[in-house]
Amino acid sequence: MPSEDPLVRDQRSTQQATSEARRDALARMVRKTVTFVVFLALLAGLYTGYKAFGQAIDDAQQDWAVVGSVLPRTDNLNMPPLSEIFGQFGETPGGQDQIYIKILFDEALFTLREAAVGFVVGLIIGMAIALVLAQWRRLEQGLLPYVIASQTIPLIAIAPIIVIWGRKNFDVFPWEWQNWMSVAIIATYLTFFPVAVNGLRGLQAARPENKELMASYAANWGQTLWRLRLPASLPYLFAAFKIAATSSIVGAIVGEISAGVEGGLGRRILREAFNYTTGPDRLFASVLGAAVLGIFVFLVVIGVERLVVGRQGKGAVV
Amino acid sequence: MNSARITNTAKSFSAPIVAGLVIFGVWQGALGLLDPDGFVLPAPIEIVAALVDNWDAVSQGARITGFVVVSGLGVGIVLGVLAALLVTRFRAANETITPLAVAINAVPIIALAPIFNNWFGLTSPRSNQAIVVALVFFPIFINTARGLTQVDRSQIELMESYAASRSRIAREVRIPNAMPYFFTALKLATSLAVIAAIVAEYFGGRQDALGPIITQSAGLTRYDTAWAAVLAGTAIGAVLYFGAVLLERLVMPWHLASRNGSHE
Amino acid sequence: MNAIEICGATKVFNRGRSNEVNALAEINLTVEPGEFITLIGPSGCGKSTLLRLIGSLIAPSSGQVQVHGKAAEQARLDRDYGMAFQTAGLFDWRTVAKNIELPLELMGWSRTKRRARSAEMLELVKLAEFAKHHPRELSGGMQQRVAIARALAFSPVLLLMDEPFGALDEMTREHMQVELLRIWEQTDTTVVFVTHSIPEAVFLSTRVVVMSARPGAIAANIAVDLDDRGVALRDDPAFFKKVTEVRTALREAEA
Repeated sequence: MPSEDPLVRDQRSTQQATSEARRDALARMVRKTVTFVVFLALLAGLYTGYKAFGQAIDDAQQDWAVVGSVLPRTDNLNMPPLSEIFGQFGETPGGQDQIYIKILFDEALFTLREAAVGFVVGLIIGMAIALVLAQWRRLEQGLLPYVIASQTIPLIAIAPIIVIWGRKNFDVFPWEWQNWMSVAIIATYLTFFPVAVNGLRGLQAARPENKELMASYAANWGQTLWRLRLPASLPYLFAAFKIAATSSIVGAIVGEISAGVEGGLGRRILREAFNYTTGPDRLFASVLGAAVLGIFVFLVVIGVERLVVGRQGKGAVV
Repeated sequence: MNSARITNTAKSFSAPIVAGLVIFGVWQGALGLLDPDGFVLPAPIEIVAALVDNWDAVSQGARITGFVVVSGLGVGIVLGVLAALLVTRFRAANETITPLAVAINAVPIIALAPIFNNWFGLTSPRSNQAIVVALVFFPIFINTARGLTQVDRSQIELMESYAASRSRIAREVRIPNAMPYFFTALKLATSLAVIAAIVAEYFGGRQDALGPIITQSAGLTRYDTAWAAVLAGTAIGAVLYFGAVLLERLVMPWHLASRNGSHE
Repeated sequence: MNAIEICGATKVFNRGRSNEVNALAEINLTVEPGEFITLIGPSGCGKSTLLRLIGSLIAPSSGQVQVHGKAAEQARLDRDYGMAFQTAGLFDWRTVAKNIELPLELMGWSRTKRRARSAEMLELVKLAEFAKHHPRELSGGMQQRVAIARALAFSPVLLLMDEPFGALDEMTREHMQVELLRIWEQTDTTVVFVTHSIPEAVFLSTRVVVMSARPGAIAANIAVDLDDRGVALRDDPAFFKKVTEVRTALREAEA
């Protein structure tokens, strides 16, 4: 008779579905990796193919209006062959005693430190703003427009001023103020905004019946925040963290470039852009380094999201 | 009903105005404490004065940068939407390409500026436009593709039960569903475009654009002029942002209504 | 002492504004300990509002609500209530066991006591092997059983249920009704249950409170004194007679 019980039948199919879902997730991951590799190969093929096409036109001494004006020129100065770009990683540039990939790695770590400090500070500020605005509706009405307007200020544009300002005004701290910390301020500025806006939306996203449940337990503000509103806002927050992680890298790189900070990928890119005519492949290699760093932090956030949100996020994945 | 709505509207306007007065008051007041010489962050009044003094240079810079921003934004939006429409027609293409675009979106595209300069010419605005286009394209593409595909299954089935054609389903269900996604990306793209243009101008392009004005003024420690140029950039971004908000309200009045209805 | 004592309670939403709603007018209701009462009525009759007044989730515009001789607000602060809603309202980020332990955490129970109690409750709702699952991995009926286990976990003196079985299919629903009655008999709590279904009301409760709409008011109190509420009861002529009685009262209330 027990097999007739619909409750039991229901349970068995649920367990089955769970194990199937796990297998599907694994298959999806394999498929994603394969497509990514295929895509990279396609991209490389496109680059090489276009280059070969352009070279052929050049060889034929034809003047073709599109290549070289709307589309880039294809000579080795403008589009170094992929083999040389990747070969550059293993070479030792003049006046250095390390191979290029190691140099880039160290620069990337420097940039990552600025970005990480900026990200963490931005996260704290963003969450504080979200909490305050979520608490008082009047404040949300009054301040939210300015939080949004703040993003139309290209603060990144005044990185040099911020560096001077940082040196001048932050000597209150027990440690010596350094230029990279000013760059971190720029990363902070780009980071706090998505966290504040999405955090606010997330804190307001708890379902009404769950709020009533907490009220029926006479849970206080802190308990409701910690056990309901914060966990409910996690999917929103992680969406913001993904944007913020990328922005913090952009902020750090651009900050380095315009602030004249020694060290970091941004500085490296600027230097290679300067020496472009003698080593175009090094510029391409350093830009690739920046791309890898950006994707790396993005993947870190996704990994943390999987760990934190875990199985519950199933319905709310990106 | 009407009088209630008027008081509500008045309230929703008064709060930002009061907050704005407080912010500028604190700014002006805090300068005395933080930065007594008014060296780095000038008072709002000084910035406005510098803007008036340097009106010709700044307005010329704003025109040049504004053109790069608007043209890049326009091309980026068109390409992004077209790509989304194309890719979402094919399920397999969508499932492989869209996640890749999400990953590429994590690349600091601004770092491409020096390469683009070499490709499109150091003094030509085209390299700056290319940066803006690349930066705008990805969020628009990703969000629009998401909006076109993350549709309530039952709405599609309803349309299919009426034997509606694919294009009809797109017009009635998919495109309206994609609207809020698109506008979210558009609002993000407006401020991204200004940042991208100004930063790209550091690397090359015309020397009388806003980016060079900012760096040159800062180099000469004329910070009020630099800030006046930043203010001009902010104005471009703000006009575009609020233009996007206005457009959103015009195109999707139902979205606004549902948000207002959710007040407790 | 009465479990619930409501004296002349009214509820007006948005008073003084254009969208003013007179949700409840002059409610008087007394519930004795151990009763299982059902609130039934057309939609918009204020049954959910009345339930929330009892639970002190909203305050009455006038009148008084007392639970076990104290104000409803005080009863809530003393954690006398267990609540279950139409949607299970489980926290997606907690496992099934952790969901049941939520109220116990808030009440400061030790970890070992919490573990023991959640295991016990999972036995009661027959979900022991799902302790470590997350809510989204469960079917609707299973989620609702977890919600009931959560509501009962700290042995509240008063169980407030707002159409908890409304979203379930008929088979699961009948099973859940039997389960709920079994649990109620084992734990001697007082239950206030909101429903749309006449047979459900008759099958479950010792008293059916029939409400009328606009403004919400109590139209009739129908005592249900059926013994042996087993599966066979659903085919019993006495059961049908009560169903008819409630249906007639509802029709009169609407007229």
